[in-house]
Amino acid sequence: MASVHAIPSLDEQFEFTAESKRRLLIGGAVGVALVVLGAVLLSAGVGEHAHEAVQGHGLSEGHEGAHEHYKWTTRLWANIWVNSIYFTGIAVAGMFFMSYNYLAQAGWSSVIKRVPEAMPAFLPVTGIIMLGVFLIAGHDLFHWTHEGLYDKASPEYDPIIAGKHSFLNTPFFLVRMAFYFISWYMLWRVLRNLSLQEDLYGGTEYYYKSMKYGTAFLIVFAVTSSTAAWDLIMSIDTHWFSTMFGWYTLASWHVAGLATMTLTVVMLKEQGYLKAVNHSHLHDLGKFVFAFSIFWTYVWFAQFMLIYYANLPEETIYYRERFSGHGGIFLAPFWVNVVLNFVFPFLVLMTRDAKRTTILLKVACWGVLIGHYFDFYMNIMPGTVGDHAGFGPIEFGMILIFACAFIWSVSTQLTKANLIAKNHPLLEEALHHDI
Amino acid sequence: MASPVNSRFLVGIFDDDDVVMKAVREVRESGVRIHEVYTPFPVHGLDVALGHPRSRLGIAAFLFGLTGLLTAASLMSYTEKFDWPMIVGGKDSFSYPIYVPIAFELTVLFTALGMVSTFIISNGLGPTVKPLMFDLRTTDNKFAMAIDMENNKLQESEIETILRKSGAAEVNVKQF
Repeated sequence: MASVHAIPSLDEQFEFTAESKRRLLIGGAVGVALVVLGAVLLSAGVGEHAHEAVQGHGLSEGHEGAHEHYKWTTRLWANIWVNSIYFTGIAVAGMFFMSYNYLAQAGWSSVIKRVPEAMPAFLPVTGIIMLGVFLIAGHDLFHWTHEGLYDKASPEYDPIIAGKHSFLNTPFFLVRMAFYFISWYMLWRVLRNLSLQEDLYGGTEYYYKSMKYGTAFLIVFAVTSSTAAWDLIMSIDTHWFSTMFGWYTLASWHVAGLATMTLTVVMLKEQGYLKAVNHSHLHDLGKFVFAFSIFWTYVWFAQFMLIYYANLPEETIYYRERFSGHGGIFLAPFWVNVVLNFVFPFLVLMTRDAKRTTILLKVACWGVLIGHYFDFYMNIMPGTVGDHAGFGPIEFGMILIFACAFIWSVSTQLTKANLIAKNHPLLEEALHHDI
Repeated sequence: MASPVNSRFLVGIFDDDDVVMKAVREVRESGVRIHEVYTPFPVHGLDVALGHPRSRLGIAAFLFGLTGLLTAASLMSYTEKFDWPMIVGGKDSFSYPIYVPIAFELTVLFTALGMVSTFIISNGLGPTVKPLMFDLRTTDNKFAMAIDMENNKLQESEIETILRKSGAAEVNVKQF
């Protein structure tokens, strides 16, 4: 077979240098300092911008009745929740990518397989954090956890939410949450172990086993990605529901994960690793980011369109809240979300050359990553903190803490194995990849 | 390629994709202009080696898509704004979100149909068009390098020597 690419050595060991560890620690420390600063400011009441002015305009009308007893800590918990959801999604998208590549018997991706493989190791961290936040501050974030809603004698009684009680109750919620994280993480461990053993012993046996477990994950994930989206995000706006929401969240998680993978591959390549990755692999990753940012837009628009056309008050409240509710503070992030997640990657990654140019790939991926943070921000903040939301030191700090922890986790995983899965049966195809 | 009339071609037949890749470079270096290389399966890097100019299909696709978008926009704005304004679902008769699906669909439809037509025309695949077949064996296991004599200044015998030297198993003459 004619080859247009020189095949370099496949033995590459990623080194998690003391320098990068130091930078991550500094980043995390800055994040903690920002969060502390933000918390001090919030508890002192600074930044509580003129809420009296926006009260009583009828839209935030004590949405879900949570506003009377607002505490500044709610914003802290909501921030942790936003970041946990975001990084859970990125982490599990790595597993998702591996699984469908096994199922499709994709060859080209075997050369970058170790990157998505390193991502799901972060799942236990976000899982435990989310469990903790739910147990400590579930009442502040999730309106449905209030017992009075289900008690006919209580003034708080809400027949609509009471109708959802068989699904939205604390024990079942905790069981589901545990199931999501445990099933995702355990299936990842299986694939990871098979992949590491394949490195040692070779042969196709591990590949076929991986295909089986990858498919099992896809079946599990087909259901759990939707239900996780309902549980962890949609149930915040307890009255509201959207049949598109599972897909929408999956699309968001997936494209954020793809952008993370692409960025990681580009950065590794710039540091001199992954020599076997050529422009065609980058082109394919760029196509993935391009295609799935459009897919996200498609689902986002489909959800908006259905609600807009049907014009049912219990559904339109979701967009009213984001367009003009809470004094209009969510209008800007709403548009940032659409522009950064659709218009920006669409225009930047449109041409073939752009997908092969690392700087443009990086710019587009950063846009997508920032955009999808705002996506989850837009989903979670209005229903939890509402009028009191903002973008201050506490938000920046929390992103920094989570991002540094995530990068640390991925880097640690990358050091644990050869950077290229050298005994992958389809690796030869990837090395000659040319499109 | 549209079928050239009354053209005389030299067709070098090769047995192997590695050989044909090497031959393409050698033949081009010796100053011979290659019309096209026909292979039984895609050979990666061959288009680069042949030095074909970048495909203009993207421009065609963009123009077809733009036509579709403009058709959708004019159709919808004419009917909904001027000809027969209607209020559906309490929406203003000219509201943007409801136009997105139609605009999208017509853009895609025009692009798809336009690109299929482009493909048929540029490959000479019309129902009455006789296909340009340099050697039937390129659909099986041989690689054919076609050289248009009108585009080349060298003598036929010289080109034949170059082809044979770079690995052609046989050199045939094909007249259309």
